[in-house]
Amino acid sequence: MMNTTVSEDQIRSRLSRLYRSYGYLPYKVNKFEEYDLYAQYKNFLACKQILTFSDTDGRLMALKPDVTLSVIKSASDRCPVHKVFYNENVYRVPEDGDGFSEIPQTGLECIGEIGLYESAEVVMLAARSLESISSSYVLNLSHIGVVSGILNQSGIRPEDQPEFFAVLGAKNGPAMTALCRRFDMEARAVSNLMMLTELYGPTTEVLTRLSALPLPEESLRAVEELRELDTLLKAFGLSRIHLDFSVVDDIEYYNGIVFTGFIEGLSSSVLSGGKYDRLVSRMDRSGGAVGFAVYFNTLEPLWFTENEFDFDVVLVCPSEEDLPLAIREADRHIAAGETVRIQCSEPKGFTFRTRYTVRNGAVES
Amino acid sequence: MTEKKMINVALPKGRLGEIVYGMMEQAGYECPEVLDPKRKLTFENEACGVRYFWVKPSDVPIYVERGAADVGVAGKDILLEYSPRVYELLDLGIGKCRMCVAGPKSFRDDESRTLKVATKFPHIARKYYESQGREISIIKLNGSIEIAPILGLSDVIVDIVETGKTLKENGLDALETIVPISARFIANKASFQFKHDEITAMSQSLSAICQTKE
Repeated sequence: MMNTTVSEDQIRSRLSRLYRSYGYLPYKVNKFEEYDLYAQYKNFLACKQILTFSDTDGRLMALKPDVTLSVIKSASDRCPVHKVFYNENVYRVPEDGDGFSEIPQTGLECIGEIGLYESAEVVMLAARSLESISSSYVLNLSHIGVVSGILNQSGIRPEDQPEFFAVLGAKNGPAMTALCRRFDMEARAVSNLMMLTELYGPTTEVLTRLSALPLPEESLRAVEELRELDTLLKAFGLSRIHLDFSVVDDIEYYNGIVFTGFIEGLSSSVLSGGKYDRLVSRMDRSGGAVGFAVYFNTLEPLWFTENEFDFDVVLVCPSEEDLPLAIREADRHIAAGETVRIQCSEPKGFTFRTRYTVRNGAVES
Repeated sequence: MTEKKMINVALPKGRLGEIVYGMMEQAGYECPEVLDPKRKLTFENEACGVRYFWVKPSDVPIYVERGAADVGVAGKDILLEYSPRVYELLDLGIGKCRMCVAGPKSFRDDESRTLKVATKFPHIARKYYESQGREISIIKLNGSIEIAPILGLSDVIVDIVETGKTLKENGLDALETIVPISARFIANKASFQFKHDEITAMSQSLSAICQTKE
């Protein structure tokens, strides 16, 4: 039997059904976009390098490094909320690579008037996406505002804040202490940041611990948002969501809730997303946006299981006269879920479980 | 009762790794055959829930980032150079040294020309000089860095300095300290989610040992 547990197509189809069931419409993006679109919003791209080429009319085109920009560009202002999902390839230089890669992703965007329900629905769909892939998953949730509230109150300039987020992203307690000392932060802010570096666990449990912290007003508003979100996520029946302030993906891009998903057995996160109102506003659209993408390249180990054999059965059929019998024999094995190779000569260079010879109207083992 | 999960630990080959194993043993994760010279590749103590393997020090973050190891110990120099996406949970306070700019004792920086810098750590060197606004040309070497300024291949070097003895023997001096270095306990981000209790317990035990040593 083939050893593959789940196929890429099965996952795509499950995700599409899931998103359709909550009223998200499929969205198809052109493979190419004008380079200007990406050049204009380069700061919002996960990968700053873009594959370009000249079109037949001389326009500089790009193989899309991102889908979200195209979705926002095409979102109609006529309906208050634009909900779409897509299955697309993007072209990026991976963080750990030095050449362009084609990265298949499935994503979902909710653009327009984003309230509590829309945010909760997108987080729920992110969690359910993970659940569609494996029952053993964790979705880590954070809110940029909790940390930036502390940094803003301490007078840390926006250009210095990424350093704090990087240290937080590595859960690096000693480096956080050193950084706070370098910026001469007051004891209460230091202790809050140290606590956020360590905090990790189920949302309700962490929210209880957060409520004991002397946080500034801006952080408290973000905590309240997380609390309201938690109530709705519970109503959706979700329990595998953790609060983790090391989820700080891209603070230039995200401005509110931010989340990332893991599947047991896979070495990196397979899903990431969050609220990205700044990009929407930069593109002169009203409202905000929240969305996520599932990176199919990271899921590859799930369906790439090394088969013990190339085929289960090899049917060697030296004479054309015996082919009808070989075909019937092959059908019988295929119906039993086995893979079959029929050939007229001895198999070489392949591995197989069983070999039969079809000769003189009989099947011999 | 939930099943205790095994933690895969990447130890850096060499003296530092042996010290790290000593700390692990003290923390209750003993597996004496780790120090056995037999040519075995992995060492396991199921009762303690731990599996060790030795790898080249600069490869530890790769094993951890890619999930082949759940945790490992790597020098801050390697972490700064390669910026792996891992959690840096603990400063073990061992393997202490400094990342320095070193050069001939008589070195004077002529800012009217590009500074030639030989190093095994091009990323750290570039970042340091960028912060100074100094234009440099990096010469990436893989060993015997000290010889570069002596033979005129470079003006200065950026390298790890422990005692400064090797530099002195070659007529060089540590001119500036870029960053202090020590060994760090790192964890794979996905492993941290699914082996959270085990990794946290290991980190806390090691932290307690570090504190008694201070």
